[in-house]
Amino acid sequence: MTRTTRSGRIAASIAVATAILVAAPVISIIALAMQPAPDVWQPLIEYVLPRSLLDTALLLGGVGALSLAIGTGTAWAISLHEFRGRAMLLWLVPLPLAIPTYLAAYVYVDLFEPLGLVHRTLAVWLPLQDAVRALPNLRSLPGAIIVIALVLYPYVYLSARTMFQFQSAEFAEAAKTLGAGRWTTFWRISLPMARPALAVGTALVSLETLNDIGASEYLGVRTLTVSVFTTWLNRGSLAGAAQLSCFMLAIVAGLIAIERYGRRNVTTEFSAESPRLTQRTPLAGIKGGLAFAACLLPVCLGFLVPLLYLAHQSFKRGLFANFDMALWRDAFNSIAFASLATLTALLLGFATILAWRWRPSRLRFVAMNIAQLGYTLPGLVLALGLLAPVLAIDNALNTLAASLGQSLPGLIMVGSGAAVVIAYVIRFLAVPTGFIKAGFERIPRDYDDSARAVGAGQTTTMRLIHLPLLRPAMLGAVIVVFVDCLKELPATLLLRPLNVETLATSIYQYASRGSFEEGALAALLIVAASIGPVAWLTRFSDIPSGPA
Amino acid sequence: MINLRATAATAALLCLTAFGAAPASADGEVNVYTYRETKLIQPLFDAFTKDTGIKVNVVSASSGLEQRMKAEGANSPADVLLTVDIGRMDEAVKAEVTQPIKSMVIDEIVPAQYRDPDGHWAGISMRARVIYASKDRVKQDKITYEELADPKWKGKICIRSGQHIYNNGLFAAYTAKYGEAKAEEWLRGVKANLAQKPSGGDREAARDVAAGKCDIGIGNTYYWALMMNNDPEKKPWAEATKVILPTFEGGGTHVNLSGVLLAKNAPNKANGVKLIEWLVGDKAQQIYADSNYEYPIRAGVAVNPTIAGYGKLTADPLPIAKIAANRKAASTLVDKVGFDN
Repeated sequence: MTRTTRSGRIAASIAVATAILVAAPVISIIALAMQPAPDVWQPLIEYVLPRSLLDTALLLGGVGALSLAIGTGTAWAISLHEFRGRAMLLWLVPLPLAIPTYLAAYVYVDLFEPLGLVHRTLAVWLPLQDAVRALPNLRSLPGAIIVIALVLYPYVYLSARTMFQFQSAEFAEAAKTLGAGRWTTFWRISLPMARPALAVGTALVSLETLNDIGASEYLGVRTLTVSVFTTWLNRGSLAGAAQLSCFMLAIVAGLIAIERYGRRNVTTEFSAESPRLTQRTPLAGIKGGLAFAACLLPVCLGFLVPLLYLAHQSFKRGLFANFDMALWRDAFNSIAFASLATLTALLLGFATILAWRWRPSRLRFVAMNIAQLGYTLPGLVLALGLLAPVLAIDNALNTLAASLGQSLPGLIMVGSGAAVVIAYVIRFLAVPTGFIKAGFERIPRDYDDSARAVGAGQTTTMRLIHLPLLRPAMLGAVIVVFVDCLKELPATLLLRPLNVETLATSIYQYASRGSFEEGALAALLIVAASIGPVAWLTRFSDIPSGPA
Repeated sequence: MINLRATAATAALLCLTAFGAAPASADGEVNVYTYRETKLIQPLFDAFTKDTGIKVNVVSASSGLEQRMKAEGANSPADVLLTVDIGRMDEAVKAEVTQPIKSMVIDEIVPAQYRDPDGHWAGISMRARVIYASKDRVKQDKITYEELADPKWKGKICIRSGQHIYNNGLFAAYTAKYGEAKAEEWLRGVKANLAQKPSGGDREAARDVAAGKCDIGIGNTYYWALMMNNDPEKKPWAEATKVILPTFEGGGTHVNLSGVLLAKNAPNKANGVKLIEWLVGDKAQQIYADSNYEYPIRAGVAVNPTIAGYGKLTADPLPIAKIAANRKAASTLVDKVGFDN
């Protein structure tokens, strides 16, 4: 149907190159897994896997369900309703994104543990021992579910919001004329239409949870990821750990396939005839107040509490007064790595989806799916997988230089930090691909056809139609990737060059000595660096209410 | 499309130029890969630079450094690898990224028990795995590791994950001494005595004792000293407990090492050896002992007064290499008895 144009070929080439880039560490891990790992699986199957599979499933299910509820609820309230304080919520609600899961775990354990703030407060009225018993045990599966969901729900919120605010008014109005109330419309119209976006958001939450090691381990939940690390570090079996990673990869691929199969017949494009958008329903008085309070609660728990705690620790320890100037350098490194990676991931993700959109083919479909695989590898496993291919290039360059009689350049990719950026791109590419794919699914192909009918080429269609309509999805992706990069720890630790620290690695330095509060200021800087982009996102993402 | 391509090219260029690649080999430099946090060892490296004029470049990580060295191969900039645990030293040797240190100074200063028989690694300081016991509720001043499985402690012990490297080292020592069957029985006993599911870190063990959740916590020597001296907020946790140096029956206290290895392809080998030798010198040993409250490896260096207050350390005579050899078995046992469940 569509001719293969020059830009079409470029997009396709980028898509294939991207797939190769992402596949490289995966293949390298599979190669590692091919080595024999005697004595690893038998005890794992017997003693570890039943329990850790169950714990992982419960954790993923719990975190997924809770984030879905919070993310969808807030997105629905904010996108389709007008109430006092909404403008403020608009930029507050996504903010927990700025809090790394491991930090949230540290903060909440500190608050709720014996002799912590909550305990000391309770002890004012209760005898010490009774106060200890009254504390919820956060170091448990339910504790982990709550703490992790409180900081991850913005993934669902961001993708759901994109969907809700662009839903055509026609459906909702049709529902209303048929006598459906607000809730019925939500359950029967808005929610099913938002399903692809919700699936993307929840998938991101699940993969982040699966990837998390700091929080789960600290809260005493033994997930598969924790088992991978134990296998490698304590049993000295990298091959066994790689095999376990492949096993995880297979599970995730299976889950993605099931999810795809489940919505194979769902059409979510909105009607071409009705670009008119839903007008926000005003909520007055008590209803508006309730909506505001309900949206504010997750922000308080997922963002304000950790933020205030970190600020309090920084003040108390005099970290502001004795500001460590090295932190500026770390912040610069963090932002530079994250910006480069975000930009690259966005371009690669966009090209990959565009190639599929312009001319669906099996190759492009495969490329599109491979591009999302990086997210399923735990950060450290990805970094380990990346070492071989990246350093093979470095070593080849050195061999080449030597054969030409030139002085050896040294390790360029690792030595320059390019390896860190590449790791981020591979790891977070699933975000722009997912967001942009969901965004494209909303743009009817009729638009492309109409554009062509009036003589517009592919690039013109992309520039004038796709890009503007995709803007919210892309902005959402940019924020998520950027902030994810700022928070990323294990791959950064392993791949960064000599004498380079980021904010996350700086926090790690303190956390690994068991006093993360000393790193409170670095944590605050991560949060500060994230607030800017998130605020920027809100400014541009809130489309005017009413007829467009 | 042109714009997109131009932007992509710019991004790629920036990637390569934004951070200047550090040269692998340069006069008067030494490159250190470390599992020890840079913030902790920086004072040490600063002192080394002041003494010798050799600049120290550092990259620190929590795991995987030996894999990185392996992948970097002949072009690896690493000269020296610093570890905080015998496990990592063992891994590095197995990954074949090290070479024998070959230093009379090291052989003379570091006791044979704390050196690799083949010379690939040497300990530079020691920490002991000890007991933080409640001052109020624990009358004993002596406890053996074996006794931790005694039912009299039922519901009274707090400990972090059995798979954490510190516990792995202790359990590996027990396995090395008694064999897997007895170690399993012991671990089941200890598990039965736990007050709560293993979680948190060593400091939390002290806190939970202070809060009355348990009577004894298991932790490393330096955490207690750090809480006592460097963290006013956590001082009460330390103050509620007394440190008991436990021993194996007929043996001594379990110690783990932070150690040092020389990279196989060290581009600045001479400087690397210089750094390693300097690290076991009087001055470095004293800085190390006082900044992180560890036991010096070098005889004749004063133990920090806080640590000395625990009593005299009699380290268990089991060679560290034997403990390292039992890490895997210990890790499997932890899973087998469901220690962390």
